[in-house]
Amino acid sequence: MLTEFGRVFIFLLIGGVFVAGGLIVAWLLRPNRPYPSKLTTYECGETPIGDTRVRFNVRFYVVALIFLIFDVEVVFLFPWATVFKELGWFAFVEMLVFLGILFVGYAYVWRNGDLDWDKPAPRIPKYEPGIGVRENHLTEEEVVV
Amino acid sequence: MGLLDQKFENGNILITTADDLLNWARLSSLWGMQFGLACCAIEMMAMGASHYDTDRFGVFFRGTPRQSDVMIVAGTVTLKMASRIKTLYDQMSEPRYVISMGSCSNCGGPYWEHGYHVLKGVDRIIPVDVYVPGCPPRPEALIEGIMKLQEKIRNESLAKKKTA
Repeated sequence: MLTEFGRVFIFLLIGGVFVAGGLIVAWLLRPNRPYPSKLTTYECGETPIGDTRVRFNVRFYVVALIFLIFDVEVVFLFPWATVFKELGWFAFVEMLVFLGILFVGYAYVWRNGDLDWDKPAPRIPKYEPGIGVRENHLTEEEVVV
Repeated sequence: MGLLDQKFENGNILITTADDLLNWARLSSLWGMQFGLACCAIEMMAMGASHYDTDRFGVFFRGTPRQSDVMIVAGTVTLKMASRIKTLYDQMSEPRYVISMGSCSNCGGPYWEHGYHVLKGVDRIIPVDVYVPGCPPRPEALIEGIMKLQEKIRNESLAKKKTA
């Protein structure tokens, strides 16, 4: 008569009724007397200042990203260091390659000035009209008035 | 106002039965607010710990006023703390109760005459249900206060309070 999933359905049904019943009964019985002081944010009794949506400086993002990369690097280094002798030279070279790749990234980040807290001036690549690039800008003579 | 709260003029048999159930539920799970002000708080902590074990009364402490039913003002209410206590009491949801514990929060205690920094009784800013005397009261005394509060809750009703 009742399948296995029928029992699951009954379980879900009773669960839903239980939650809804609790909420409805509480809604019927509870005193509801809101006033501004009650509705303010709980800050251990202090008067809340400012907005909950705090804007974080975007510079933290780069720092967090770099931290994450080197965090993961350490995570990879530890198991390698534990079985260093069994794996031998092959793993050593592989790890050197891995570290090398990360080092290149590190050098790039450093060169770019992302590790400095003071935001460096953006390095905008200069546009040089060169070979193979057709200039679409009309000169003053070509502009028909 | 809730849908049923204080909507009835007189209590009939249905309302009094619902009252009994509600009051039993409320008095059996008096969650206290987790904050202490002075040495009374040490006794309050002792009351909550294993030796006196108020968990058997359903009393344990919550970290936020939204979830607590009873505020045990345990200790000296300085003027600086008084406004915070008022805010915390405001942020509790009804039904809410206050136990004033110890001489300081009852009436100012040893700071009664010359305490320039102490509120002379917490009942000057929030309504107090039960006063527990002592300096500080022993945990047994505070348990007695909680039982007095339970007696008070036992007689509450959904019906409107009779105004004189």
